[in-house]
Amino acid sequence: MTVKQLSIFLENRSGTLTKVLDIMKETGVRIIASSIADTAEYGLFRIICSDPQKAFEALSDAGVAVALSDVFAIELNRPGQVADSIKYFSDAELSIIYMYSFLFHGRGILIFRTDNAEGAAEVIRRENLKVVAVSELTDCE
Amino acid sequence: MIWNPNKECMSRDEMSALQGKRLHKIVEYVYHNVPFYRHKLQEMDLTPDDIRTIDDIVKLPFTTKKDLRDNYPFGLQAAPQSQIIRIHASSGTTGNPTIVGYTRKDIGVWSECMARCLTAYGVGKEDIFSVAYGYGLFTGGLGAHNGVEMVGASVVPASTGNTEKHARLIRDLGITGIACTPSYALYLAETMEKMGITKDQIKLRVGAFGAEPWTEKMREEIQERLGLKGFNIYGLSEVMGPSVSYECQEQHGSHINEDHFYPEIINPVTLEPLPKGQSGELVFTTLTKEGMPVIRYRTRDLCSLMAGECSCGRTSVRMTPITGRSDDMLIIRGINVFPSQVESVVLSMKEFAPRYLLVVDRINNLDTLQVQVELRQEYFTATFDTPAAIDELQKKLAAKLKSVLSIGVKVQLKAPNSIERSQGKSVRVIDNRNLK
Repeated sequence: MTVKQLSIFLENRSGTLTKVLDIMKETGVRIIASSIADTAEYGLFRIICSDPQKAFEALSDAGVAVALSDVFAIELNRPGQVADSIKYFSDAELSIIYMYSFLFHGRGILIFRTDNAEGAAEVIRRENLKVVAVSELTDCE
Repeated sequence: MIWNPNKECMSRDEMSALQGKRLHKIVEYVYHNVPFYRHKLQEMDLTPDDIRTIDDIVKLPFTTKKDLRDNYPFGLQAAPQSQIIRIHASSGTTGNPTIVGYTRKDIGVWSECMARCLTAYGVGKEDIFSVAYGYGLFTGGLGAHNGVEMVGASVVPASTGNTEKHARLIRDLGITGIACTPSYALYLAETMEKMGITKDQIKLRVGAFGAEPWTEKMREEIQERLGLKGFNIYGLSEVMGPSVSYECQEQHGSHINEDHFYPEIINPVTLEPLPKGQSGELVFTTLTKEGMPVIRYRTRDLCSLMAGECSCGRTSVRMTPITGRSDDMLIIRGINVFPSQVESVVLSMKEFAPRYLLVVDRINNLDTLQVQVELRQEYFTATFDTPAAIDELQKKLAAKLKSVLSIGVKVQLKAPNSIERSQGKSVRVIDNRNLK
């Protein structure tokens, strides 16, 4: 039900982002969506990509602090649907730790992590939220 | 003014005779009461009877900080616990603090030595004197405190922290003397300026500054901003605490209380004693201490001893300002910090690579210590994909460092392999304080 996300520790220093992106470029893996959680001293670069395992291995081999984590990806297309969906989680007393969204061929995709993956999966099933698989996001055209 | 002219102005011959007599006595005392020293002397085929004059001191073995650490906590204590009335602790090189116990007589000797310092600075009964060294395990606060009481001045135990309140008291009480680290004196001056307290509103005239290296330039700046005369005070807890040596009004070297602390200068590599005037590592033997006497304790401080009489009338030998260290110890806000202490903490947490960098700065006249550590790639897992989790890891390291070093540390996390490697001995410390 989840998709793999790359989480990369980046120091706030010129060139650190370029290094990671160059490695990604080398692998030929496509970045589908990304976000950066920025703090005063470092950033966490989160990436959804076409082949997370391949990218993870390439980044690890290059000595980058990278982790693979499981995040949820759901499709939301109607105005107000984000509000409704997030309410399901808060009603179930689950917290959203972070989220970001993007459009893919006109489909609205929301990526998020909660403090309780099992509970979140149950909410998704119960409320019949539309789960997206990475395979659906690799079509470039 | 001289507190104890009998001792401070003793003829050189009399002093040597006294030192010789006391050395024999202290060697006999540790031989019978400290197995560590008995074994060392036996290994060298020495008995206390081989030590008759002060010149015999060169036959004796050295004591190092490592010896103190290896015998933690009470291994080098000579007096029975029932005779110990106070225990201080200073930082050790790998986490174990150095424990120093004092008997009632030791505290008396310490107070007198401190009284000699204060009298040389011109402090007397009429003074109101604030002690702004930290009170606690550190010897600075209580050590200076006892001396101020002994000379009969009114002691204000200000300790460190709460600088604004202290500044207000300096103005409102008409405090005339202060003991603190030189960097704290500058911080205090700055605080007063911010509060609008001007030099003509305060009565400070004497400052006893020590516990960290300082320069003539700092002295000039402190004197100018606080309107006082600043004197050096030197000491270390392994030997006693502050009051091992002190400047007089001449301010030409610091007089050593050598009837209690016998100084030598050695070559730190060959361990050969060096003649007066030559620079090397300062070594002290405590001649009268009961709680934890030390024989030829290697201070690691580099300086030289000055020959000749001082025009103040004191005959005691003087030491030049400390020019450096023969080890990698840093003094940060008066606290001894060894890179190896940081290393032991970093190594204890598997999330970090065994590589680190200490960056020391002086910001607004206060020393700061930043520790840079590398995340270890294999321990950077999904758990750490939020800033909250990373910050928690950072805080955990900072708290561990604080408990070991006794000073606040700013931790900066670095990506794996981002701390520069150097050829040969790695650079572990960047000191930007410019104290030379």
